[in-house]
Amino acid sequence: MFAHVMMRYKQKCIWILGWFFYLLSHPLLAMASETVSDHIVRGGKPWWFWVIVLFFFCFILGIIAVLAGVGGGVLYVPLVSGFFPFHLDFVRGAGLLVALAGALAAGPGLLRRNLANLKLAIPVALIASSCAIAGAFLGLALPRNIVQTLLGATIIGIAILLSVSKNVERPKVTKQDAIGLALGMSGAYWEESTKEVVHWKTHRTWLGLLLFIIIGLMAGMFGLGAGWANVPVLNLLMGVPLKVAVGTSKFLLSITDTSAAWVYLNKGCVIPLMAVPSIVGLMLGSFVGVRVLAIAKPKVIRYIVITVLFFAGIKAFLKGLGIG
Amino acid sequence: MQEHKQDKKIAEAPPEQIAYADILFYGCWFGIFVLLITYILYLTRIVPPYVPMEQLTWYWSHNVHHYVEEANVPTGWGWVKFLNKGDFLNFIGIAFLALLTIVGFLTLIPAYAKKKDWAFMVIVVVEILVLLLAATGILGTGGH
Repeated sequence: MFAHVMMRYKQKCIWILGWFFYLLSHPLLAMASETVSDHIVRGGKPWWFWVIVLFFFCFILGIIAVLAGVGGGVLYVPLVSGFFPFHLDFVRGAGLLVALAGALAAGPGLLRRNLANLKLAIPVALIASSCAIAGAFLGLALPRNIVQTLLGATIIGIAILLSVSKNVERPKVTKQDAIGLALGMSGAYWEESTKEVVHWKTHRTWLGLLLFIIIGLMAGMFGLGAGWANVPVLNLLMGVPLKVAVGTSKFLLSITDTSAAWVYLNKGCVIPLMAVPSIVGLMLGSFVGVRVLAIAKPKVIRYIVITVLFFAGIKAFLKGLGIG
Repeated sequence: MQEHKQDKKIAEAPPEQIAYADILFYGCWFGIFVLLITYILYLTRIVPPYVPMEQLTWYWSHNVHHYVEEANVPTGWGWVKFLNKGDFLNFIGIAFLALLTIVGFLTLIPAYAKKKDWAFMVIVVVEILVLLLAATGILGTGGH
């Protein structure tokens, strides 16, 4: 009886999420958002309408982000810039704060369980955060259409990456390289499911560190959290176990996004009226998402998210080219 | 059982990592709490805003340059002078959250010095400088 009710609840959840994303990707809504945007300029919808809508939107986004295993920022920037009347400058500023708050909230638990490792994170963070500052300046200096086109191309790339990359739970690293050894990039964590200690070390460390230059630049330029790129580089390239790669990546965002967030903050790109409901909505949504995770089918939701990212990416790309 | 306990000990996080986690934990929730309180004060207009909320629906659909110029919004740390305004009051919580990482990194300097891990101590110091450089706004403020 209970199983039957749960099954119906699960189906309902997936159905609602499916519709939510379908509506988002629907051209009619895009048209409506543009009409609303024009309407506002003429003094249409009141400010509180957008605060309430943004809060609930981010709340649902927070649930979906957890279920799909992606950071809030990667969904927030393309969707909010595509379907709300806010300029990309403010969406990127808020997007970085959203990713930063999420990373700060998740960081302590990950660090205590040794799933986020300081020895691995600190050298990587230095490279990524320095480049994120450069990326933020570059993003704010370039014309909007170029940033929008590049953002669209990046989002399409992320969707492809999410659909093709198969992370490895425990990559085999036979020999640690010299730089990894010198920096002490190794550690151990307790695997509760198998009741054993998992030891790990890195290889191909130089190449991994070099890739964090690009990741940092992109994070700063587009205001995206960069978990989608951190995890494959740490896991597939550097040979870090998946749990440590995911944990360290999440913690890493608290450092990378801090540097870029300061640039946006200092430039005036943070409007509290829209940034605060985004942060709070996404954080509350994430808490609910963790509970829903126990009963939902993350695989189905992941595919829906990938599809939506494709749509959002294409929309941003075309908008940047002046076609959309 | 005893074996498991010993194994778990190997996998434990080092003390400096635990200390860092504690700072993030208490700091993050304090920052969010401050953010919520200041936001309520702002929304209810108990503390009046610098930029009227009705006008924000116009400004946020234009670029940051337009917003800074037209609304005469301070850039960099200029908001500190306007803490009697509801919108800039929110920057206390935001700036606090954005400063937490720097505070956490500061605690790592003595920890790595004690361990004589000079390479990491240098990396931590450079990271703090990078974050401070971004935070101070020395690199540039104002819209594009």
